[in-house]
Amino acid sequence: MATPYLIWAFVFIIIPIILIVYYSLSVETDNGLVFSWNNYARAFEPTYLRVMWRSILLALICTIICVLAGYPAAYIMASEEYSSKGFLLFLFLAPMWMNFLLRTYSWIAILENNGVINTVLKAIGLPALKLLYVDRAVVLGMVYNFLPFMILPVYTVLKKMDRQLIEAAQDLGASNRLVFINLILPLSMPGVISGVTMVFMPAVTTFIISSLLGGGQYMLIGNLIERQFLKVNDWHFGSAVSVILIALVIVSTAIFSMADKGGEGGALF
Amino acid sequence: MRRLKQFYLGFMLAFMYAPIALLIVYSFNASKSRANWTGFTFDWYIALINDPEISKALYNTLTIAVLSSAISAVIGTAAAVGADAMRGIKKSLIMAVTNIPVVNPDIVTGVSLMILYIAVFRFFPGLKLGYGTLLLSHVAFNTSYIILSVLPKLRQMDDNLYEAALDLGATPAAGFFKVILPEILPGIVTGALLAFTMSLDDFVVSFFTTGSGVSNLSILIYSMARRGVNPKINALSTIMFVVVLLLLYIINRTDTTKKKLKNL
Repeated sequence: MATPYLIWAFVFIIIPIILIVYYSLSVETDNGLVFSWNNYARAFEPTYLRVMWRSILLALICTIICVLAGYPAAYIMASEEYSSKGFLLFLFLAPMWMNFLLRTYSWIAILENNGVINTVLKAIGLPALKLLYVDRAVVLGMVYNFLPFMILPVYTVLKKMDRQLIEAAQDLGASNRLVFINLILPLSMPGVISGVTMVFMPAVTTFIISSLLGGGQYMLIGNLIERQFLKVNDWHFGSAVSVILIALVIVSTAIFSMADKGGEGGALF
Repeated sequence: MRRLKQFYLGFMLAFMYAPIALLIVYSFNASKSRANWTGFTFDWYIALINDPEISKALYNTLTIAVLSSAISAVIGTAAAVGADAMRGIKKSLIMAVTNIPVVNPDIVTGVSLMILYIAVFRFFPGLKLGYGTLLLSHVAFNTSYIILSVLPKLRQMDDNLYEAALDLGATPAAGFFKVILPEILPGIVTGALLAFTMSLDDFVVSFFTTGSGVSNLSILIYSMARRGVNPKINALSTIMFVVVLLLLYIINRTDTTKKKLKNL
């Protein structure tokens, strides 16, 4: 029964990956395609290293903001006094059902030079600010789009937590702060880590947010790949950057899952 | 403390909804710029409905979502049944391959499929990127979601049921359609719904695998948004937001009525 799928998967999953690796390891010469490491060597030139570094940095900043803003929201919603208000969580998740591009586009209207914020600033006599097409706009767009990915797993973990543990700790004289730092926080780490993974991955690979909210020349890894394939037409270099992006995703997944194991071990003892 | 909590949640919700609310308000603004409100109008909605580009993109989006989720439901269900019968290294291999489209960054899936199509077109010079490649690509990433939602249902199922049907004289096909299919149908439906929404929402893979002249809504929104703010997109957002809310409401309603019926 699986034979049609095996053929399908070979053609549409395996071969594309082989092709991308093949392209990344070859360059075009007068005698046709020749094996070469040049594309990878080029990817590690300072110009492109800066692009990769910027992608990782912006994705990290976005992830940290999502943890700091999303954890309290999930914590409040999972607490007993809000336990009957399930629709609040629904409200946080509903925007995810709207088209990703529309959600990003909506910020253009707010941040642009004669957008909402600048109109208000001008109306009260303050100078207009350059809010769109800068780094901060890209981070804002990322946080806006990926925040629900942080709230949901943290909420789920907090909701499932055994309340008796908290009561036991309080009975034994622990202050609220102590209960939070020594009990709730460590126990909720698996949720935080899966949230971090779910926010960091799309943030580090995006090219839509940066090309709509970021400046023209401004590039993340995603934009670099897109340019190589659609504008510059250097598929060999583009493939090399794609392979590096896959490697980056694999390495960060490994780091996050290691952190998860560490967290669980720490929580047990 | 109570107040602080309420304020915090309110603030976060305002952050999530302010941009959407703003788009909705400006979709009724007579002026094309957002700097000032010059009166209420439905003009942008009328312009939207009369825009042939948008109705074509909507048609492409919906047909590709329906076709790709149906095709991948068939391939994926067969694959899941086959994979469930496998053991050992064969099974881990097929699972690893199935997970690739889920974990691979979209942009890599997109460019690698584009390379594949262009490579194939070298041998068939008449072919071009377009609707066909768009559909194939959507099936390519959707099939994994079907397999991943059907497999748990197969694992829950009692294998003896199918054996019993065969012992009682059912052909393998009859055994599949009468015994296995009804058991795993909820998994197929969940998977197909997931595939449908993934296809509706997809931009990145479509962007790289479509040809000139063929676009879906996401691609159209992208190209319009790159040219700056456009009141027609505001109107489109409003309609899509209302449709999404209605759908979520209906799904929730049917869920609760089902639960109520069960409790009776």
